[in-house]
Amino acid sequence: MTIYESAYAKIPAADINEEKLGRIDAQQISIHLGQGKAAFEAVQSVDFAIEPGEFVCILGPSGCGKSTLLGALAGHITPSHGSLTLDGEPIKNPSPERGMVFQHHTLFPWRSALDNVAFGLKMRGVNKIERRAQALEMLKLVGLEDSAKRWPSQLSGGMQQRVEIARVLINKPRLLLMDEPFGALDAQTRLKMQQLLLSIWSRIRTSVVFVTHDIDEALFLADRILVMSPRPGKIIEDLRVDFPRPRNTELVTTPEFMRLKRHCLELLNHEEGRQLPRLSPLGLPPDAAQSFAV
Amino acid sequence: MAQLTHSTSPAKLQGIALQLGSIALCFAFWQVAATQKLDLGLITFTNVPTPAAVLSAVWELIQSNALWPHLTSSLTRVFGGYVTAAFFGVSLGLAVGRSKHAEKILMPPLELIRPIPAVAWIPLAILMFPSSEASMIFITFTGALFPILLNTVHGVEAVDPRLIASARSLGASQGAILREVILPGALPNIFTGLSIGMGTSWFCLVTAEMISGQFGIGYYTWSSYVIQNYADIIVGMLLIGLLGMGSSWLIKRLGDLLTPWYRLGKS
Repeated sequence: MTIYESAYAKIPAADINEEKLGRIDAQQISIHLGQGKAAFEAVQSVDFAIEPGEFVCILGPSGCGKSTLLGALAGHITPSHGSLTLDGEPIKNPSPERGMVFQHHTLFPWRSALDNVAFGLKMRGVNKIERRAQALEMLKLVGLEDSAKRWPSQLSGGMQQRVEIARVLINKPRLLLMDEPFGALDAQTRLKMQQLLLSIWSRIRTSVVFVTHDIDEALFLADRILVMSPRPGKIIEDLRVDFPRPRNTELVTTPEFMRLKRHCLELLNHEEGRQLPRLSPLGLPPDAAQSFAV
Repeated sequence: MAQLTHSTSPAKLQGIALQLGSIALCFAFWQVAATQKLDLGLITFTNVPTPAAVLSAVWELIQSNALWPHLTSSLTRVFGGYVTAAFFGVSLGLAVGRSKHAEKILMPPLELIRPIPAVAWIPLAILMFPSSEASMIFITFTGALFPILLNTVHGVEAVDPRLIASARSLGASQGAILREVILPGALPNIFTGLSIGMGTSWFCLVTAEMISGQFGIGYYTWSSYVIQNYADIIVGMLLIGLLGMGSSWLIKRLGDLLTPWYRLGKS
């Protein structure tokens, strides 16, 4: 039993997410990035479907287009070909129904942890007392009710990501999108965060698409792993991971885990030596903004 | 508050002593140079009034009851020009920083106007504005506008695009993004601009009050020059320096109060 479990045990699952939907259909998705001569195909003819409540990891080396694909699911990037739907509705723009967690937190530095979490409710016009009460419940879920009044810069990296997750979950998303959310954390914090994420997800059965280049992380978390090859990004394997849940850290030393890990390593290693720059779910970075310093 | 408890610490006191000592040293040099009628060839203190003479001029100004009308007219003009500049600087800056179209439409004429010094505006200001008061306010406005505008643009462009993307994902409309993300994100830079603009607004005061018929610190300084009343020139200069420094400091403090997260994030 983790330290967080006592905190969320009081919250009935139905309160957090009444909707059981969250089905994704991706057909022949291609995504082009860049302009003119620098343009390239980041994702090429990708097909996949994700069942409601499924935890899917997209695994691939740096720059393989997995974050780009995630950006398309979030609605930040428009695919150049193919159709992408959530519960039958085409994905066009960013929406609170598809919550996104970045590798480095995107908390608003000018809002307290509590008000960051309450942001989505504010956008829906929920009054201050009500939204703060709900936000506090969400902070309890991630074990941070004591840090409600702190500024994001006063929190550790792991705490910042927990606030970020709470901020996304308060909108009761049908789909939770995570772009290497624990990639910048130290190994110990990272393990704790993975366990926390799994225990939250066991209560809130939203669909999760989790992008990572860490094989251990993907195997530990996922029901299914979509393995991608680099440029142009293609899905080269759709791997079922049937380890029983709840999972704990002992899992990573079992022979079956090792076998799957070796398999993934072989899949990822076939193009060794080619290091591509990391892509972002927001597409390519814009040209350095012109500065108008006095 | 944290700063108040800090202000009593020995290190802070030492810092204040150093700052005051530096100003005292400048006055001491001035006193010596002026009384000795120091002549360095390239620069001469032969006709420079001594600090004592300036002090007695200050005393005279206070006793003559003329200080108050000078002060109030200057404060009104600087305040009028500054507030107008803050309004236009921040709103134009937000537009330019957010929209490439606005940048293309607004920036060329603004960049063309920017290098024109305040003094060059005097004839046109007199022609354009029916009241001399309005033309003086306009000149202090030109001084404050550009630092505020350019720092706002810079602040808006420096807002992390990931924060904007996140806000969109959390259901924020365009208006909400401006209010909740762009404005607070640019606020530290806006206050830098407001603080610099406050200084440059005072900077243009003497120029503006060349138009004035009777009142204003700038007018007082300028007319003292015209009638060769050297001690009074320095009184006027010091008053403008003090008022400019004080009002800039006030704006900076206001900025610190309104952006408490900012200093925290930097430390």
